[in-house]
This record gives sequence, C-alpha cells and structure tokens, in this order.
Amino acid sequence: MGSELWAVIAPNLVLLIISLLVFAAVVYAVFLIGARASLKQQEWLRYVIFLGPAGLLLLIGLIYPAIRTIILSFMDKRGDNFIGLDNYIWAFTMPEIQIVLRNTVIWVILTPILATVIGLAIAYMTDRMKRGAWVKSLIFMPMAISFVGAGVIWRFVYSYEPDPSKPEIGLLSAIARGVGAEPVNWLLEAPLNTVLLIVVLVWIQTGFAMVILGAAMKNIPDEVVEAAMLDGASSWRRFTRVTLPMIRSTIVVVLTTITIATLKVFDIVRTMTGGNFQTNVVANEMYSQAFRQLNYGQGSALAVILFLAVVPIIWYNLRQLRLERTER
Amino acid sequence: MRHTIRGRSIIGVAGLSVAALVLAGCAGGAGEEATLSEDDILTEINDCVGTYEGETVEIYTTIIEPESTLFEESFVGFEECTGIDIEWNGSQEFEAQIAVRVEGGTAPDLAIFPQPGLLAAFPDDLVAGSAALEGSVDANYTPDWKGYGTVGDTFFGAPLGANVKSFVWYSPKVFADNGWAIPTTWDELLSLSDDIVASDYDGNAWCVGFGSGDATGWPGTDWMEDLMLRFQSAETYDQWSGQADERLAFNSPEVAEVLAEAEKIVKNPDYVGDVASIATTSFSEGAAGIVDGSCAMHRQASFLGGILVGDYGAEIVAPDATDVEGGISVFYFPGVSADQTPALGGGEFVGAFSNTPATQVVRYLLTTPEWNNEKAALGGWFSANLGLDTANVADPVNAVAVEILQNATTFRFDGSDVMPGEVGAGSFWREMTAWVAEDKDNQAVLDAIEASWPAE
Repeated sequence: MGSELWAVIAPNLVLLIISLLVFAAVVYAVFLIGARASLKQQEWLRYVIFLGPAGLLLLIGLIYPAIRTIILSFMDKRGDNFIGLDNYIWAFTMPEIQIVLRNTVIWVILTPILATVIGLAIAYMTDRMKRGAWVKSLIFMPMAISFVGAGVIWRFVYSYEPDPSKPEIGLLSAIARGVGAEPVNWLLEAPLNTVLLIVVLVWIQTGFAMVILGAAMKNIPDEVVEAAMLDGASSWRRFTRVTLPMIRSTIVVVLTTITIATLKVFDIVRTMTGGNFQTNVVANEMYSQAFRQLNYGQGSALAVILFLAVVPIIWYNLRQLRLERTER
Repeated sequence: MRHTIRGRSIIGVAGLSVAALVLAGCAGGAGEEATLSEDDILTEINDCVGTYEGETVEIYTTIIEPESTLFEESFVGFEECTGIDIEWNGSQEFEAQIAVRVEGGTAPDLAIFPQPGLLAAFPDDLVAGSAALEGSVDANYTPDWKGYGTVGDTFFGAPLGANVKSFVWYSPKVFADNGWAIPTTWDELLSLSDDIVASDYDGNAWCVGFGSGDATGWPGTDWMEDLMLRFQSAETYDQWSGQADERLAFNSPEVAEVLAEAEKIVKNPDYVGDVASIATTSFSEGAAGIVDGSCAMHRQASFLGGILVGDYGAEIVAPDATDVEGGISVFYFPGVSADQTPALGGGEFVGAFSNTPATQVVRYLLTTPEWNNEKAALGGWFSANLGLDTANVADPVNAVAVEILQNATTFRFDGSDVMPGEVGAGSFWREMTAWVAEDKDNQAVLDAIEASWPAE
C-alpha cells in the first residue's frame, strides 16, 4: 500500500521539484542579466524586469482572451463564420434573455445599495461602541464563506416542504408559520425569488462594506466630531453633516466594488435555482451558453455585454480616485 | 572568475529548461499500422502468443473510482495472457478535455464517449472500425447500437456499457400487500394510479423530482422521450430528436399529444401532490419516497438503484420478493399496448484515436461476449451485448434491464443526449422545469423549445 502511494506521488514530486528549480533558475538568470547591465541600461531594464512578466501574463491571460471573446461574439456558434450582429440581436430580443437582462438590472440596483446602507449603519453604530469588535466580527464572517457555500446554506433557509406529514426544515417557512402566514415555495415565486437570492449576496457583502466604511470613519479626526458635538449637533446631524461627507469617496468605492461583484454573480444563482424559475442572470446564462451548450458566439456576446456594463462603473471609480488625488 | 561562474549558471538554466521541454513533449503519434484480421486478434486473445507484449493502450474515460476498479479487474486475465498493458485513465472533465487532447496532439488510444453526440464531433480524428471489429459488432449487437457509433456511413465506435431508462421503481411488498398488479399498458398504469389514490394507502401514487443542480429538468425530458417512443413511431422519434433527414418541429401536434399524456401523471396533483415542488425536488430525493413509503411509483433509469442503496439505505430485490420489508424493485414502464415494448436508454461508445495492433486487439476484446460476461459478473454493470447471459448479471434490476434491452421491439437513445446542445442541454431542460414550476402551458413550452432549435 505504502509503495503504491509512493509510486503515485514520486513522479509528481519529481515534476514539482524540477518546475521549482526551473522557476528559481529563470529568476536567478534575470537578476544576473540585470546585474551585468550598465547604469543607463539598468534604467529601462528595471522596467522590463518588473513590468515584463506582469505585462506578458496580462497579454496572455487578459488582453488576448478579451480580443478573442469580442471576435467570437460576432461569429456563429462554433466560431467558424462571421454573422455580424446576430448574437447581439438575439441577446436583446429573446424573451428568456430579456428576463435575464431584467434580473441583472434588479441585482445591480438592489445589492450595492442594500449592502452599503446596512454596512454603513452597522459601522456607524458600532464605531464608538464597547465590544463593537464582536458585532463586527459576526457581521464580517459571511465574507469568509464562498458564494457556493452561501448558496447551499440559504437554500436550506428557503426550503419548503409541501407534504405536511414530513418535517419542515426551512427557516423562512417556520418564521412565516410563526407569524401566522402560509409559507410558499419561496424559490419558485417570481419575482420574489430574485429578491431572496439578492439577500444572500447582501448578507455576504454587508461585512465588506461595514469594514471599509468603519475604517474610513476611524480616519475622521476626533476634533471635527468633538467640535460638532460642542456646537450641539444631534447624532443624526453629525452623521449626515460630518461623517457622510468625510467618507464620501470611500462610499463610492464600496458601492462600485459591490456593483462589479454583483454583475459577476453567478455562483449563487447557479447553486440555488440553476437559473430556473425566472431568476437567471447574465453571468450564469453566459456560462451555460458557452460551456454547456457549446454556443461560443452567443456566450461571447453575453460576456461582451457584461464587460460593457462594467466599463462605466470602473471609469467613474477611476475618475473619483483622480479627483481625490488632485484635491489633496 | 566571476564571468565563468555566471556562464556556468546560465548553461545550467538552459539545461534545466531543455529537460522540462523534453518532459512535456513525451507524447508521440503513431503512424499507419497494419490492420489485423479477426483470426490474428482471436489468436492473440485466446492463445496467449504475446506478439504485442509490453505495449500499452491508454483508455480515456469518464469512468472513475470505484467503478474503474472493476474494469481493471476485468482486464487482468487479458493482460496476463497478451502482455498488453491497459492504462485506465478516468477523468470527470472528460467532456471538456477530450477536445483539448485531440487538438493538442495527445489523443488517447481509446476514448469511451458517454454520448454518441460527442463521438460524432471527431469524425476526422477517429480511426474507423476495422472489418474484424465491425464483424464482431454485427454479430453481438443489434443494428440500433451499431448505428449510434456510426457517423455518416463510417462505423467508428463499438458500444460498451448500457443503461435502461424505461423503468418504474416500486416496492414489491407494498404492491403485494395492497393487492396491486403490475400494469402492462399505459391505460392500466393510469387506472392503477387512480386505484392507489382511492385506496387507503398513505402516500402519493407517484413521486416526481426534476431537480438536478444546474441540469435541473432532465428527468422531465426522459418522461417525454419514453412516451414519445410509445405514442409515436420510432421514425417519428428520430425526426423529433433530429436524427433523421427531415426534422419534426418540436411544437407539432405529434409532440403536443405526447406532452398531454405526460401531463396526465406528472401534473396531476391527485397523483403527485404539489406539482410546482417537482421543480425544487431533486430526482434522488423524489425517488427516496419509494424507500420511505411516501409514494408508490417513481419513473427513473436503472442507475437509480446505486443512489438509493448508497444514500437512502434501500435494498434492491427481485420483483417476486414480495415479503422483503423496504425492498425495492422495478417494472417495465408500459407501452400503449402490452405487446409494444420499446426501450429508452443510454450507453457509452469506444472510439479509437490510434491504430496500433495492440489498440485493435483491445478494441475488439471489449465487444466479445466473453469479456462482457466477465465484466458483468463483477457486478453493477451491464451492456447491450447480445451474448451477455442474464445469469451473469448479479443485480436483479440490471438483470431486468438486460432482458428489456434484448427483447425490446425498438431501442432508442436518450433523445436529449443526441439533440443539439441548445435544446438537449438547454431549452428542453429549462422548459420542462417551467412546465411544472410555473404551470407553463403545454403549447407555450413546445413553442419555446422549437424557437431555440438552431437554424442549420
């Protein structure tokens, strides 16, 4: 048994050691060449050495696939013939796909706002609270759970048992019964089910918003807050007139980051409903088209649409950062 | 002095890189090889002459542990006799990886394709079956099965394992205790369902579950396919699944008739309880109702037995074991009349990417009744090989399956497996799910599937 295991491990181990040695040798060679260069050469060599590998990887792993995806989005399903805008026309005219686009819009509007508002409220309330760290840790914990894991957990929460002779395990159904309402098959009721899925992402992202915003609040100088207190500003006034304006740029960063995460959401939908019951979103449909139905053209078109949707948000984010830098 | 040290290091680097390249490039392609005659192959297999001793044949497949162990066990005698080493290489990523390996020039010698559709994607790379292989397949399989491994007019893949979908799972004891008889026609099946509802039996007549993660909806397509084979001719079935020259529109009256029949059971709340929940009940959870007694019947393929035994502690018994508490078994999903016995199923097909003599011998071996019997006797497996003796199939359900396969008036492959991906792994699943979950109208379901059929 031991020798069998070894027979499996040994070749892989040898391969691992060789690859590590090759990697170390390449790095060593690069430094050797760098050390031999003259001062003048060193100036641009530094750029090459430090930017080269990253640039090369970006080229192979990001820029080339992006260009190929854009090209494929104008091709037929196997990527053989040019078919113009047909894939885009399909994306905006198929009734199923319109539901997909509609759902994505709902996700993008609700998730960042809910997560940021709740995160902001908790951050403000726990800011000067004794043992606030405990509360924060609890809220932050879902961040450590993968989207798939969260999907599985929440599917139990939304579970529904139609047969009264069998035990009910759904938390939401139990709560509904507790307040005297009749539970429904939560994940089947459109458009409620999309909102229920959004709750899962909000549950994950609230901790992120809270931590970043909390850190920004800590950066507000105490004198400013004390001055406002001395002037007799109420807690609400201090929040709206002092705290909010001073962390405005952080809020923008949090909002845009969550928006981008939301546009990419796929795991939650896939694990909880598989995109059925009118809960599908663009990222899930893209995967399904490209990798399950081998429809490279239509999958690529959806990817490009998603990409175009993210661009303005990133642009806005960068503009904010630049504005802030010039302010300083 | 410093220069020499540097020089050496650079040489060392170069040497290591070359070593890595050599390691990565160990794959070689075989050239044209002589085609062995049937007599040559039989001498090799039966007389242990060992002409190809030391040669290796790689089989790439989706079949992994624990089933792969039984395959390896079935090859031991052959390997000792011929000296050919069969290297079993199972991967759950087979479907995506096989194209990568073929395009990358590192194709396996043999590949076991789980769907005929995937095999048909490589007509330029596969090695056509030799006269010897074709002879063996003609002798040991029905023409249907040979047809699934044929692309255009070229025969590429011999069938390997099989599964049968036309089954209703039930508990022989529950049926015996209630005095219910096994139905032999579709009408009897419906009237039995009514009897179960009218009786004082606690559970539902049927349990149905369409849930299966991101493949949710496929059990619904199986209902459609099984009934399509019963209410329409095999020719119409082929037109519907896109296997004939002329295609039958998905929203045509013939298909609508079949969906209306399926509706009689699947969407009848008297039989199944809450219809919408079918979409959120996983197919295995649904089937568990047979084990815990919350329903009397469940339509599902032969592979379900393994899941019920493994996950729900079921015991599989022969249909006549009516005294075993908790024992489950299967009966044939009946046709319109008692003498109409079509079977719906699936299976794997062996394609070859190399033509070395050793590969030809292994390819042939897999079609022989001797090997099929030996493999089946190890348990948990059966094939459509006509030489397979049911006495060698240990599992009572698989024994029934082999009988159905060998006696079927018509056999047809799982339609969604041979339809284009947009339909077979897309709209067909999605719309069958919407059919139960949203109570989507029959014609709207069929129209939506038809709309998604790719234009040629």
